[in-house]
Amino acid sequence: MGKTTGFMELDRVERSYEPAEDRIKHFKEFLIPLDPKEVSKQGARCMDCGIPYCHQGCPVNNLIPDWNDMVYNNRWKEALDLLHSTNNFPEFTGRICPAPCEASCTLNITDNPVAIKTIECSVVDRGWEEGWIKPQISSKKSDKKVAVIGSGPSGLACAQQLARAGHSVVVFEKNERIGGLLRIGIPDFKMEKTLIDRRMSQMKLEGVEFRVNSHVGKNVSMEELNNEFQAIAFCGGSEHPRDLPVEGRELKGVYFAMEFLSQQNDRVSGKTINSEIEISAKGKNVLVIGGGDTGSDCVGTSNRQGAKSVTQLELLDQPPEKEDKALTWPNWPMKMRTSTSHQEGCERNWSVLTKSFEGKDGEVSKLNCVKVEWIKSDDGRMKMSEIKGSEFSFEADLVLLAMGFVHPIHEGLIKQLGVKLTSVGNLEANDTKYQTSVNKFFAAGDSRRGQSLVVWAIKEGRQCARSIDEFLIGKSDLPN
Amino acid sequence: MSVNKYSKMGFPKEYGLYDPNNEHENCGFGFLANINNEPKHEIVHQALEIVHNLDHRGAVGADPLAGDGAGILIQIPDEFFREEFINSEIQLPEIGSYGVGMVFLPSNVKRAYLGIKAIEKAIINEGQELIGWRDVPVDKKVLGNTVKDNAPLIKQFFVKIGKENLSESQFQRKLYVIRKQSLSILENINNNKVVDWDDFYIVSLSTRTIIFKGMVLAPNLSKFYIDFQKKNFKTAIALFHQRFSTNTFPSWRLAQPFRYLCHNGEINTVKGNTNWMNARRFSMSSEVLKDDLKKIWPIIEKSPSDSATFDNALELLVMGGYSLPEAMMLMIPEAWKNNLLMDPKRKSFYEYYSALMEPWDGPAAMAFTDGIQIAATLDRNGLRPARYVITDDDLVIMSSEVGVIHNIPEHKIVKKWRLQPGKMLLVDLNQKRIISDEELKNDIVNIHPYENWIKNSKVSLSAITYETNKVPPEDSLLLDLQQAFGYNKEDLKFFLEPMIIDGQDPIGSMGRDIPLAALSDKNRMLYDYFFQTFAQVTNPPIDPIREELVMSLMSFIGPRPNLLDPKSGGKQKLLEVSQPILSNNDIEKIKRIENHTSGALKAQTISICYDKKNNSKLKFDELLKTICTSIEDLITKKTCNIIILSDRDVNNEQIAIPALLATSAVHHHLIKKGLRTKVGLVVETGEARRVHDLCLLAGYGAEAINPYLAFYTLSKIIRELPEEISEEEAYDKYIKSVTKGMLKVMSKMGISTYQSYSGAQIFDAVGLSSKLVDKYFCGTSSKVEGIDLEEIQKETENRHELAFGNSPLLLNDLDVGGDLSFRIRGEEHVWNPETIGTLQHAVRSANYNTFKKYSKKINDHSIKLKNLRGLFDFSKKTKPINIEDVEPVSEIVKRFATGAMSLGSISTVAHTTLAIAMNRLGGRSNTGEGGEETSRFKPLPNGDSMNSRIKQVASGRFGVTTEYLSNATDIQIKMAQGAKPAGGGQLPGGKVNDFIAKIRHSTPGVGLISPPPHHDIYSIEDLAQLIHDLKNVNPKARVSVKLVSEIGVGTVAAGVSKAYADHVTISGNDGGTGASPITSLLNAGGPWETGLAETHQTLVMNGLRERIAVQVDGGLRTGRDVVIGAILGADEFGFATAALISEGCIMMRKCHLNTCPVGVATQDPELIKNFTGQPDHVVNFFVFIANEVREIMAGLGISKFNDLIGRRNLLDFGGAEQHWKAHGLNLNKLIVPLEKENNEEFFNSRNQDHGLEKALDNLLIKKCKQSILNKKKISFKSKIVNTNRTVGAMLSGVIAKKYGHNGLPKDTIKIDFEGSSGQSFGAWLAKGISFNLEGDANDYVGKGLSGGIISVFPHRKSKISPEDNIIAGNTLLYGAIAGECYLNGVVGERFAVRNSGATAVVEGCGDHGCEYMTGGVVVILGKTGRNFAAGMSGGIAYVLDEDNVFESHCNKSMVELEKLSDFKNSEKHTTKEIQTDLLDFDVSRLKLIINRHFKYTKSPKAKLIIDNWDKYLPLFLKITPYEFKRALNERKQRLLINKDLPIKIAGE
Repeated sequence: MGKTTGFMELDRVERSYEPAEDRIKHFKEFLIPLDPKEVSKQGARCMDCGIPYCHQGCPVNNLIPDWNDMVYNNRWKEALDLLHSTNNFPEFTGRICPAPCEASCTLNITDNPVAIKTIECSVVDRGWEEGWIKPQISSKKSDKKVAVIGSGPSGLACAQQLARAGHSVVVFEKNERIGGLLRIGIPDFKMEKTLIDRRMSQMKLEGVEFRVNSHVGKNVSMEELNNEFQAIAFCGGSEHPRDLPVEGRELKGVYFAMEFLSQQNDRVSGKTINSEIEISAKGKNVLVIGGGDTGSDCVGTSNRQGAKSVTQLELLDQPPEKEDKALTWPNWPMKMRTSTSHQEGCERNWSVLTKSFEGKDGEVSKLNCVKVEWIKSDDGRMKMSEIKGSEFSFEADLVLLAMGFVHPIHEGLIKQLGVKLTSVGNLEANDTKYQTSVNKFFAAGDSRRGQSLVVWAIKEGRQCARSIDEFLIGKSDLPN
Repeated sequence: MSVNKYSKMGFPKEYGLYDPNNEHENCGFGFLANINNEPKHEIVHQALEIVHNLDHRGAVGADPLAGDGAGILIQIPDEFFREEFINSEIQLPEIGSYGVGMVFLPSNVKRAYLGIKAIEKAIINEGQELIGWRDVPVDKKVLGNTVKDNAPLIKQFFVKIGKENLSESQFQRKLYVIRKQSLSILENINNNKVVDWDDFYIVSLSTRTIIFKGMVLAPNLSKFYIDFQKKNFKTAIALFHQRFSTNTFPSWRLAQPFRYLCHNGEINTVKGNTNWMNARRFSMSSEVLKDDLKKIWPIIEKSPSDSATFDNALELLVMGGYSLPEAMMLMIPEAWKNNLLMDPKRKSFYEYYSALMEPWDGPAAMAFTDGIQIAATLDRNGLRPARYVITDDDLVIMSSEVGVIHNIPEHKIVKKWRLQPGKMLLVDLNQKRIISDEELKNDIVNIHPYENWIKNSKVSLSAITYETNKVPPEDSLLLDLQQAFGYNKEDLKFFLEPMIIDGQDPIGSMGRDIPLAALSDKNRMLYDYFFQTFAQVTNPPIDPIREELVMSLMSFIGPRPNLLDPKSGGKQKLLEVSQPILSNNDIEKIKRIENHTSGALKAQTISICYDKKNNSKLKFDELLKTICTSIEDLITKKTCNIIILSDRDVNNEQIAIPALLATSAVHHHLIKKGLRTKVGLVVETGEARRVHDLCLLAGYGAEAINPYLAFYTLSKIIRELPEEISEEEAYDKYIKSVTKGMLKVMSKMGISTYQSYSGAQIFDAVGLSSKLVDKYFCGTSSKVEGIDLEEIQKETENRHELAFGNSPLLLNDLDVGGDLSFRIRGEEHVWNPETIGTLQHAVRSANYNTFKKYSKKINDHSIKLKNLRGLFDFSKKTKPINIEDVEPVSEIVKRFATGAMSLGSISTVAHTTLAIAMNRLGGRSNTGEGGEETSRFKPLPNGDSMNSRIKQVASGRFGVTTEYLSNATDIQIKMAQGAKPAGGGQLPGGKVNDFIAKIRHSTPGVGLISPPPHHDIYSIEDLAQLIHDLKNVNPKARVSVKLVSEIGVGTVAAGVSKAYADHVTISGNDGGTGASPITSLLNAGGPWETGLAETHQTLVMNGLRERIAVQVDGGLRTGRDVVIGAILGADEFGFATAALISEGCIMMRKCHLNTCPVGVATQDPELIKNFTGQPDHVVNFFVFIANEVREIMAGLGISKFNDLIGRRNLLDFGGAEQHWKAHGLNLNKLIVPLEKENNEEFFNSRNQDHGLEKALDNLLIKKCKQSILNKKKISFKSKIVNTNRTVGAMLSGVIAKKYGHNGLPKDTIKIDFEGSSGQSFGAWLAKGISFNLEGDANDYVGKGLSGGIISVFPHRKSKISPEDNIIAGNTLLYGAIAGECYLNGVVGERFAVRNSGATAVVEGCGDHGCEYMTGGVVVILGKTGRNFAAGMSGGIAYVLDEDNVFESHCNKSMVELEKLSDFKNSEKHTTKEIQTDLLDFDVSRLKLIINRHFKYTKSPKAKLIIDNWDKYLPLFLKITPYEFKRALNERKQRLLINKDLPIKIAGE
């Protein structure tokens, strides 16, 4: 344990940010790393709890108290190894994870949690800097081949684990670049894409083969896969966005968030966007519908593009500023969260339902909304009703729909395979075996779980890899 | 059931969890002797009178006429027998030439006939001659009903010397063989077909002595044996015994005395001792017994009695040629090892024999005789009382108490003294004199040249030059080895690393909530299947730190000399190690010991590894067989005499058999073959690293252990530590830590020496099949079955495969472990983020649905098995009822209590929150150890109450005032605690803030030690006494005894019920703690399920169930737990951890660090602010539990809770067929059917009969009525005898209830007693009462003294000089809070132990004076025993050191000694100053106190000192604890700065 009384003596210190007015001028990361000495000190705040709630709060079950202690004692290399023992890509989660671990941290009950995410990120960043992170090439090779469909975080994690178990792994990616939503969805200012490239090189050396522009079910047939591979992991994500089928939806200027965000990521990566399809927020009144992380990314991206105004709408009530920890901790609480993008300038509205879009010349110009209220019904569920007479409207030149994703895209492979789906349209497989109804066809990540966090995707990818390994060999040394 | 169904001689056979081998007994005992060897009739009756007057030391079970047994051993009444036979054909030769056999024959005529014939045949076979038989006339009317039916037929037979010309001792040896052979003949009657001959028992067969004993109450013994009435029935000596057993089964043969002795105490190491005796079978030969030696096996007769076993061994030694006292010195040696004051010759004697015979360790007061010498001795700890007086007509009366013969006039007594630890009192009837311990032993130790023998034979390992070490493994191989031996990160983090930093066995907190090894999905170490057993009630644990002088870790490695041939002394080389943990260099030395001993010792290393490639073929049993037979071969061929079992060969290809399994298998194999003492057994293993591991290897036979991998691991750890530690230092610290830990484990069972611990098997197995245990861990108890050799092999091979396999997680790192702190990939924990979060949300939001989610998670055993109760299912055969018909929540919650948690361990607000909640519910909260603020005794304005209804009395007695006790509903005597049974404890000075100091009546900043034992409970009859004491103080309160589950706890509970406890708690080993050695926390005690079931079964079988309430605690969490607890036999239920979690605890396991972040287990004011618990949260928890209980009851069709208790048919054992390990478990023994004895209920339905109406206090209270009401002064006289016990306590209780701790004005009540008082004279005597006793007193005078004044001085007619005679017994002023005590004479051991504030004067004291004292002033005007001031953290003592020897008697580890003359003798200060500032005014204070002593006792010594003050003053020493002095000085400084701060010292 770091220091017995560290938590009583030291305050939480986190990474700081470049000032909002500066950072909105570019698309680069704006986190300012903490001095390693300060990171060490932050490690001392960890109490090494008898029950480390963080460790369960963290979806990949990072051994947080253990590496906190190591960081405090300047044993960074060991901390890095330990971190990698549960998480393939801590540099991703160290940047974009909402850190449920910190919500579960014991110090969060009465004080500020340990800066777990900052420490995690510092450990892995230092590892890259020092050249400690090397390919872990499996010493034994199996004669098994596994295909991983999709190269998002779960696909990558799954592929890396399988390669390390000695299998030959090929990752099929329909896009021209590897990374899935990490690459196309998450703005560079939150996570720069070189991080993915770096991991890809590591994985290539570990024996993973990447096949881009390979859309299984379209330009690559399932039959080919079945012939070549002894197991197939589907990590295609949950790409089917939730739509808003109201009047005026067809108007120009109403887009899904992912259309907007991926274009910007392409742009940052140096790709020229065809002006016909170009979506830009520059000089526009932007309305983002949906109050989640994707919505927030739209806000940040819009501001960087030079929007005139940015407004975000959320159907649910405004959550409390502070949660009632007595009834939430150690769970992830519903509470008001203000992201760095929000801090950069944005008006937020809650309890708003969009009734229709209005437009001029086929281009959207206005949103008609109504206020709603949420009341608990007899069965304990919250029910929404519109408040009569509360109708109002927004000026809008660009509307971005960020209301989440409902399930994986069924068209193509999934339909071809006839794989069994859950009631909400995800692939059916349990979270120990990850096996679908189709022989040797496994599923992990958002396509199985439904839309979720990157860290969950990594967890599922790892567990799925273990299950595949077991399926192929009869037993597995991979961690569960 | 009727016991008769089960046994002919009383004990039932093993049934359910009941096992007769767990029975215990303690007692009153002693002897009488006429020094001039003049046989007298009155000695018989005096002996019987004593037994009668020691009645309170015996017990009565369910049958009021059936005692636990009483008896006397006397000289053969030669004259009587001659006159009896005057008209018969029988002619007796002269005394010494004939033997008399006293025999209990079967009541069945046919069987009795066979018995008689067997004896007669044996006599003929041995060439002797039967003279005749005599029916012993008895009066069966005095027998109780339960005893009558199986009373034996009692006969005597007479034998004379046959044709050969035998000396008396040769004849006696023949009689011995005849006795042994009689049973063999019987057992072989049906061609070896096993027939139980339990009911055939030759009580005695001797040329000198005869025993009369039986299952009768002491006063009835003389009515039963009609011979006693005959005037010519005479003896010059008598041993007598009054038994208190933990059962009510009439077992005639277990009444004492045995053939040579009677015993008060308990031999803790009896299992090991028995094994070692058997182990000598083929290595013993005797010049005197010759071929007869073969005819006496088994030497140790089948018996559940340790005393009988001891007697058997003693008899062998005496028959083998040792004198009786010499044999006793071998078996119960003094503490010689660390005694610098002992004569070197005597030391050599003990050292020499320590290689021949391991001590029979445990509290023992033994009286023994061969008819010519009669003697008594105490073991090294001196934990049993033994007082004696000598009269002017040469009568010696030695007994547990003084004053046992009521009509001996004081003026006839010439000496009053006591037996001292390790000392012997011997009367030689031939020489007609008392031989002193000094003379006796001096003669014995000079028989042989022991010093020379040792010089010639002893090889000390430390004296051997360095050997070349093996090359340590590379890091990567080290990791593989660690993994192969099951190391995980916690081994490093919680054990090895802290050990080399702190140098002690590491401390942890909260309880165990991981599954039993057999239920775990992990590959557990074999060590995890064993739990340490420990002493509770029937024998005391030892404090290995404060009483280090009795402890020894010395071990001999190698063959042992022939036990029965002392003349061969000095020939066999003996390798001695000072402690049993061998460094990596030590083991190399042993491997090459041949070179250092000219071949006299030779070691052979035997690998316990096997080749992986063959593992499909090789099974453990075959491998072990090969190992055992090859070792047997080596021994018989004399190839070597030291065996080193080694797993050094482990590598990728080689797998090691678990070292524990191999060690025990070899040890037991060699015992069975009678070869064990021909060879030394050393274990070289990578497996052992924790204290528990090492203890197990020792307990199953290892003489020394080399944990080589632990050392290699340490070498790696120190490279990574921030601070610099050398390898040497790290190894030293590690050895120091583990040996300290081992001492602690040994001392938990009251075992002092490694030699007796080795092979003593002080463990219970949980989760091992009996097939496995019987074969490889023979003699160990295992009650729930479990895994077999195959599973052990599987776990071993799994570990090996993981270690040398490719698991990426294990490539560069150890497994996480997760036993001590939760880890996802680690061991399963019942308390985890999910269960804790859900429970807290439920109680805070008062949401029963959320609670159900919690309890569902806790109860779910479908995926992971967590505990034994998880394997039970509720019966589906019953018809459910409506929940409305079930007893309401408000009734059920009354059965609930919160666990004992002290104010020191948890914050006040956490403590009061629980109390308020429990009082709102009508349940009970528990103070825990350490007192309670008196303000809490009064209700709060809003009607709430913070008064904890259960007041705990623990070994520290902190804050246990009369007022505290009188405000209790329940008084709980904490015998043990689940997390650290028999452990004791320590509150460091830093934690003793003003508040804690105030309620504990101690000094802020001064550490407080809770001793491992209650110093007034060393045995069951002592417990009965404390129960009686407490009941007197507060007759309305229930007195409860808290025990911890282990195999045998049921028999202890039965004893507790017989000792009149109203309530007993059975705690599981899952219980929590604020701080405990992790070794204890994880590895001691057993699950509550077995302990509770055993308790209930044993109580029911004994007919003792309905008079005692049974509570269970230790990890209860849900309604299901409660119902299962009830069905297994509990009336009431304790919750500690779950209740704490309800008020906010999150299982940080940081209680011992004072950093609890939620303000529960901390005294830090900043952290306490974080506490958010509300009484309502706790109330909600208990209401939810009760709700759930009702739901289950409805499902089972039970409306009344009482109908649930003990209803075993409501549970089914489902088993765990699917589980790879747990499939072997079988819990059916927990739910065996029971029959009601005499229609007794299965639940607590009536009260105990405490006999309080007999208390003298009733009379005193009546007389003092006006004083109590109006504070009117009164003084009067009263006679007192030893059966008047606890005088003053009831009176004080009445006063404290009315006036609180302040009591009455000084001297309001003054009583002058005359006589010998019973135990606990003046216990908890309240302020305002003065007791003056003219005569003498027994043990525990002034126990818990709460302000009263006590003086004891010799009778005015007495001629003895007070300062040379004993005036009062042992353990005086234990836990005294305030008051004064003046004793005009010498007292026994442990004077003023844990005194908090009393002032006391005495004129000499025994060992361990002022032990654990925390306050007060003690003056000793004479000699002290050894180990004075051990653990003394506060208060001061003045000792008159006339011979300048005190320093060598003082334990100076915590105190400093100063001359008083160094202090200024200023007279200008007030009495108040003198009393309050203990740093100064010594001279005035001392004078003041001695003057008072004279005033109260008229002590001649006091007068002499006062009259010659200037001469005596320089002879006084002041003893002040360092910590106390520092704290008082700091306080003084603070006072100078802050004038308002009161000087607060202990006792004020």
